[in-house]
Order: sequence, then C-alpha cells, then structure tokens
Amino acid sequence: MSLTPYIVLSAILFTIGSIGVLTRRNAIVVFMCVELMLNACNLAFVAFAHQHGNLDGQVAAFFVMVVAAAEVVIGLAIIMTIFRTRRSASVDDASLLKF
Amino acid sequence: MPDFGKPTIEYVELIPLFVVFGAACLGVLVEAFLPRETRRVPQVLVTLVGLAGALGATIYVATDVDKHADGAARGLVGAEGSIIVDGPTLYLWGLVLVFGILGTALFAERRLEGGLSAFAGQAAALPGTEAERIAATKGLDHTEVYPLLLFSIGGMLLFPASGDLLTMFVALEVLSLPLYLLCGLARRRRLLSQEAAMKYFLLGAFSSGFFLYGAALVYGYAGSVSLSDIDQAVREGTADHTLLLVGIALLAVGLLFKVGAAPFQAWTPDVYQGAPTAVTAFMSAATKVAAFGALLRLFYVAFDAERWSWQPMLAVVAIVTMLLGAVLAVAQTDVKRMLAYSAIAHTGFLLTGVIGAQGSGELGDNQYTSLEGVLFYLTTYGFASVGAFALLTVVRDAGGEATGGSSWSGLGKRSPLVAGAFAFFMLSMAGIPLTSGFVGKWAVFTSAMSAGFWWVVLPAITASIIAVFFYIRQIRLMFFSEPDPDGAAAVTEPSLLTTGTVAICLAATLVLGIVPGPVLDLVVGAGEFIR
Repeated sequence: MSLTPYIVLSAILFTIGSIGVLTRRNAIVVFMCVELMLNACNLAFVAFAHQHGNLDGQVAAFFVMVVAAAEVVIGLAIIMTIFRTRRSASVDDASLLKF
Repeated sequence: MPDFGKPTIEYVELIPLFVVFGAACLGVLVEAFLPRETRRVPQVLVTLVGLAGALGATIYVATDVDKHADGAARGLVGAEGSIIVDGPTLYLWGLVLVFGILGTALFAERRLEGGLSAFAGQAAALPGTEAERIAATKGLDHTEVYPLLLFSIGGMLLFPASGDLLTMFVALEVLSLPLYLLCGLARRRRLLSQEAAMKYFLLGAFSSGFFLYGAALVYGYAGSVSLSDIDQAVREGTADHTLLLVGIALLAVGLLFKVGAAPFQAWTPDVYQGAPTAVTAFMSAATKVAAFGALLRLFYVAFDAERWSWQPMLAVVAIVTMLLGAVLAVAQTDVKRMLAYSAIAHTGFLLTGVIGAQGSGELGDNQYTSLEGVLFYLTTYGFASVGAFALLTVVRDAGGEATGGSSWSGLGKRSPLVAGAFAFFMLSMAGIPLTSGFVGKWAVFTSAMSAGFWWVVLPAITASIIAVFFYIRQIRLMFFSEPDPDGAAAVTEPSLLTTGTVAICLAATLVLGIVPGPVLDLVVGAGEFIR
C-alpha cells in the first residue's frame, strides 16, 4: 500500500481547514474548520502508524478525538454566551478590543 | 502485534501532579455537593492546600532525585517515558506552583468589589439584564474558577515534563481549555471579557491544530512520538528530511503561539486586557513558564541535532517579537494593554536566551547556559508581572478597575505606596541594575552572545532601550503629572490576600536583584534535560 495518497489527502483537508478558519466569519463555522484540521491530523497519524507498523499513531488518534470533544464543550459554551449577548456569532462583530 | 502490559507509574516522583489533579477533582465534588453560599471557603482551602502540598512534594522530590544514568542530568523518566521528572522540570514545577498560589490569592480577593469576587455572579445571565442584577444582589459567586485554576495548573505541570509529543499535546489542551473559560468570566466589562475568551479560544484551537499536525509529521519522520526516539532518528538522519523540517515549523507555530511570540502575538493584548485582572496576572506568569519549559525541552531534547535549522528561525522570531512588542507598547494609553505589549517584548528577550549557548564549554567564567538564563529570567519576569497586574486591581474608579492612562496621573501623590511599588516593578521589567530584571536580561543576553548571535543581541538592547522609555513614561505619569480632575482613580484598600501577593512579589523582585546568588545556584543545580 502506498502511503502518499493518504498523506496528500490529510494535507488537503488540513489546508481546507486552515483556509476556512482564516476566511469564514461565523464563529461556529470557524470552529468546524478547526475540527477539520484536527481530523486531518488523525488521518496523518493513522496513515503513518500503518507505515511504521506500530500503534503510537493510532493511540494518538484516540487521544485527539477525546481532546477534540472536550474542546467542543468549551468552544460551544463560549460561542453560545457571545451569541446570547450580541445576537450574532460573527467573529467580525466582536471588535471592542483592538490595537 | 505489540503486547499490552500494565504500565509502571513512579507514584512517589509524580506526587505533585497527582496532588494538583486530585485537588481539582475534589474541587468539582465540593461544587457538586455543597450549597452555593458555603462553597467559597472550602474551595479556596482545597486549592491552597492542594497547591501548597504539591509545592512541598516538589521540594521533597527535588532533594531526593538521583543522578540519571550518564550523570549529566538528575531525575528519572517516569510513566513509561511519558513524563520526565528532571532538574529543569522540578524547577519549573516549583515556579508554576508558586505563581498558582499567588494567583489563587488574587482570585479569592473580595474586598475590592465590596464583598464580591472579580468573577461574574452568574456567567449565564446576560450582561445588563435583571438576572445579572439579582445574581449580584444575592452575592452569588462562580466558585468553579478554583477547580478550573487547578486543572490549568495541572496542565502547566505536565506540559514542560512531557516526554512525548502526545503527552505534550494533551497537556497543552489541559492547560489552555480552563484558561479560555476563566478569561470570559469577568464581573465588570463583560462584553470585553467574553470577546477575549472567544478570540483566545478560536486562535488557541487554531494553533493547537498546527501543533498536532507538526506532531503527526514528526511521528511520520521518526516512527515514534517519544522525544528521545525522535532525537535518535534526527541524529541518524535517514528518513525524509522535508517531513522533519515542516514538522518542526508546525510544532514551533503551536508553541510560539502559547508564549505569545510574533507573528502569533495578536491575541496577547486583547486577551490580557479583556480577561479578569487576577486571571491575567496568573496567566501572564504561569503560562509563559510552562510554555517556555515545553519549548526548551522540545528543541533541546528532540531537535538538538537539527540546531542549525531552527536556531536562525527562532532568532528572527525573537528580533521581530521584541521590537514589535516594545514599539507597540509605546503607543498604548491603557496601562493593562501596555503591560500586555511589554509581555510580548519579554517573550522576545526570553527567545534570545533560547537560542543561546547551551554547553558550558562555549561559555566563559561566570556565564550561564541558555537553559539557566531562561529559567532565571522566567522567575524574575513572573514575579514582576504578577505584582504589576495585582496592583492594577486596586486602582479603581466608579466603573471598576481604572486602567486608562490619564486616570493614573498623579497617583504617586495620592497613594505613594501603590505608585512606588508599581514603579519598582516597572524598573525591574525595564532591567535597571539592582532589580531582578537586570540580572535576568544579563544572563540571557550573554548566553546568546556566546553562541555568536550578536545580531540578535543588538536589536535586543535596542528593544530594551525603547522599553525603558515607556516604563519611565508611566512612572513620570504617576509621580510628576497633575491628577486628571474628572477621571482620577483612587486606590481601594484590598484585603491581606492582594497585599500579601504584592508584598511577596516585591520582596522576590528586590532580593533577586540584590542577591541573585542563591536562586542562580538553584538554577545551575537544576542541571540539564534528560535526553
């Protein structure tokens, strides 16, 4: 099995995720893009684990899933509070702090 | 198929971690089972006892650890290679725990808000609504901040001690996630606070994504996430070099974000300004300590053989960071924001130390290695920073803390003690001789000089001079300006918690400046990282 397609796919997913974070305005979508980046990492970890024939990468993928779940809890709590206060989840509206 | 066996855990040496995480879980239980009005005192006690116990355990372990195999470092590799308890780890643990105790004291302060804490009475109540007013009149408090603080400290202990990239990533998240929440819990100026939390969270999650992808690529290169295995693979240098270089760069992005280095510094001023000042005080000192610990371990242990690739990169980052921090701090009118930019400049100075000479062979007499210099600088900067932010909480007007520049004018005439203490912290951050900041700067600059990085030390000295300008400007504003007739702030007398914190920071800054010897000996005695 050649490893290259998997790594290329994970790099593409990671790039889509990071471009999404930089360009999207809705905090929820930005956050989804971050999750996409984490999943791209998972794919890379699992592919490399297959290549090296050890379990480090697969274990890492499990840990990342748990961490991502914890991050969702915190993230949605913060975005929810912002939305309830401002009636908007746009990252451009939150601009009281600058320069 | 590899065998799954029972892991060996070195329970004695890892006690500080267990105590802090145990106290955090106990705090959650207190939160669940005690009625709301009675929670505060038990929570503060659990936190302080937990942190003091962990500090005691750290000191016990530090006096007890043996030399590691080859004798260059002291300590041991614990938890199947995941956690490394060596000299630098123990020193950083002590530092984080001390800042944690000071932070807890600031969290528990209630006299400044007239019997309420600095945290929102009920974070779910919308700002400016009836629900918020009721929460305030009932005297409600979010005592959840104490377990959150403990979890964050637990992550900070694990971060510089991690022996593999996976533990490092988990520790990074464990330390960050509670901090995101703490930033959004301010009682006053809640919109700013929530905005700070959102910015910190989104950018923090973004940067940890980079860290993780870097970890995946380095795993692909080395076939293991353990730092010592990566070191070995880098020394052999048989695998694809591109994978390694991209991996190092992405890992560096994640860590440089946490320490607030350019070009990943954008969150620092916003978050430092928006967060409750007690959180800012804790975060500015402890996060830097933990993140620099992890940065040093990663680059010195895992990527030591690749020094020529990352040293120039960090050198450029250091130059940009300190110049940007110092120049933008000059333009600030808000004291809290000015301190945030000065924190960025100090990150640059610390990075100057990171690229410095590591081996004692490259150094002259009375010079310190880069690791020793950075550890000492973290100590001096941490105390000055906690003290300065703690003083921000007591200078107040009708709207809460008065951080706007003009409200501080003439403060020296009204409250010479507060203004004098603040001026002393400013002088220490500026690096004036006889304060601790001078010794710290001298240590990191000489070690960078010995490594031949004169082209980094020159901008560093320039940035220091620019920094002196805005620190002195603040002192001039406090002592030699007439008070602003309509916007003058006054000092609210705090309880012993804040006064004690400031006194400890003052004493540490003074003692480290005049007799730095004992702490420098401690730093030298910490030895090197275990490889």
